[in-house]
Amino acid sequence: MDARPRPTLAVWKFASCDGCQLSLLDCEDELLAVAGALDIASFAEASSTLRPGPYDLSLVEGSITTAHDAERIRAVRAASKRLITIGACATAGGIQALRNFADVNDYIAAVYATPAYISTLATSTPISAHVKVDFELHGCPINKTQLLEVISALLAGRKPDIPNESVCVACKRRGTPCVMVAHGTPCLGPVTQAGCGAICPAYGRGCYGCFGPAEAANTAALAAAWTALGADRRSIHRAFRTFNAAAEPFRKESDAHGDENHPG
Amino acid sequence: MATKTIRVDTLTRVEGEGALELDIADGAVAGVRLSIFEPPRFFEALLRGRAGAEAPDITARICGICPVAYQMSALHAIEDAWGVTVDGPLRALRRLLYCGEWIESHALHIVLLHAPDFLGFPDAISMAAAHGEAVQRGLALKKAGNEVLRLLGGREIHPVNVRVGGFYRVPTRAELAPLAATLETAHAQAIALARWVARFPFPEFARDYEFVALRHPDEYPLNAGRIVSNRGLDIAVADYEAAFAERHVAHSTALQSGLRARGSYLVGPLARFNLNHDRLGPSVQALAAELGLAPGCTNPFRSIVVRAIEVVYACEEALRLIAAYTPPPAPAVPVVPRAGVGTACTEAPRGILFHRYRLDAEGSILEARIVPPTSQNQSTIEDDLRIIATRDLQLPEDELRDHCEQGIRNYDPCISCSTHFLRLEVRRR
Repeated sequence: MDARPRPTLAVWKFASCDGCQLSLLDCEDELLAVAGALDIASFAEASSTLRPGPYDLSLVEGSITTAHDAERIRAVRAASKRLITIGACATAGGIQALRNFADVNDYIAAVYATPAYISTLATSTPISAHVKVDFELHGCPINKTQLLEVISALLAGRKPDIPNESVCVACKRRGTPCVMVAHGTPCLGPVTQAGCGAICPAYGRGCYGCFGPAEAANTAALAAAWTALGADRRSIHRAFRTFNAAAEPFRKESDAHGDENHPG
Repeated sequence: MATKTIRVDTLTRVEGEGALELDIADGAVAGVRLSIFEPPRFFEALLRGRAGAEAPDITARICGICPVAYQMSALHAIEDAWGVTVDGPLRALRRLLYCGEWIESHALHIVLLHAPDFLGFPDAISMAAAHGEAVQRGLALKKAGNEVLRLLGGREIHPVNVRVGGFYRVPTRAELAPLAATLETAHAQAIALARWVARFPFPEFARDYEFVALRHPDEYPLNAGRIVSNRGLDIAVADYEAAFAERHVAHSTALQSGLRARGSYLVGPLARFNLNHDRLGPSVQALAAELGLAPGCTNPFRSIVVRAIEVVYACEEALRLIAAYTPPPAPAVPVVPRAGVGTACTEAPRGILFHRYRLDAEGSILEARIVPPTSQNQSTIEDDLRIIATRDLQLPEDELRDHCEQGIRNYDPCISCSTHFLRLEVRRR
């Protein structure tokens, strides 16, 4: 039996829904094998044993929205040999980055009766805005098969095999008829990073961009195609301003269709 | 005055991040604070200006553990505002989807998060060495629940297939057939799970709770019903805000929901079981009786058994729904947005989840209000902890801390529901 110590894994949470780290527990068939290959040193959602670093691999879920978390991510980075961000919150700021386009004090007042008790930053930012990130895994939520691939690759010292293609390519491979062509349904597939398995078009729905912008996405051309299908400015604006609203290509395209009086 | 503070800096095996503080003064528990350092994400603010039709997918992102609960409460509230009725097979498919989430979420909590407390392990992975079969069975059940979500929703977390008016795509009977086979196996596993957890050692504990749950004329409640309690509360969902209020108090740091008339209350499996035992059906009732569980159970540590009973029920109900399914003529009914207010309350795995939306004539959201189950249970959890801490004060600090954490996990708290949780403000003494 291999006597080398197993690599240590830590899982961290910032502003998020827990869904991406749940993806690890959703690997029902692989969970015990993963736990055998890795030494899970710190994973608060799953274990009461929380051991101090350093860690060989840290998975980071969530965005930075408080001054305290901006400090905490630096400590996580310092304790981690390799750091992977998982999900739209960690890689792009998540849905909570809609505050970046609004007045955070208005947001606080809308939810809480005593705004003075709330301590928050005006923006929700990705982990890469604060520390060096070794690999970014996209998705809201991430795909668990891709997560296993990234973990395996990093442990084997190779580059993760995560294709950089758009959802369109995945749809073609799956044999799903194009929803824009077949029934005129607006779809973000042409500008969205693949990885989800092109689920939405397979269910007769347009892609809503939860994996964020694909490389070299021509968002302006897609917006024009949406307009041709009858989508108004506001719905184009909203489509680009969801779970990856702060990712640059989506931010720019939503701004191009923005209306100061209609922030949504 | 001799005072000390016991702190659990990171609550583990809960969804989301929180901490617990106990103040001990002169040998007595002077204060209990369950604090949440989950940063606020401002969902109710960011929903303003969004299309009503977007609410299900946006609010799903409040919680990756129970996204279907958020989708369901949002859908029903928007449909309420727009005068849309979703019935027949479409309604049944929503119930089936919700059964999948109950199975997945309950199996996760029972086996991976809560059982290690009763058996003295830090986590399910180390528990697997001594209880391998039980852990494997729990994972298989969790996977069965996830298969329901994947088939009906496209994926397990943040499913993509529900929309206001129905679904984007509905399955054929043939597509549901393999799911029935999976659920038959899951049903047997769920019964074995219930028998396993029923043998755990349960601390003596009882409190005179006010239990609050939905109550439907003939179903165990998931998507619909009136809001009732064991102390005579019986209201329509639309009257939720007249009966319940959220308090924002400086020292407790959280919006805590309470009954305007009587204060704290309990939501979740124990409340549902106690108020809807007669809706479980004869076989599930017989299993509950075999396991010594009768309506009127007031020991929250036994909630793990109730959760397992609910997994058995959800498997049975899912099988019934699949057997009775005939595809609807269309995947959704027509929807016309209009101005109005809509409310809904559904039973998330951890208790009732209330949504209200006010919409303009184009169907855009003007105002949103969301009350997650954990904010409703929070003051009840603190009350429980005061009793547990007082009883166990003489124990070594590690044990006291473990017992308190177990007491919190009784509620399967979903702290990520950070719509309403705040950071801890330390109370100066």
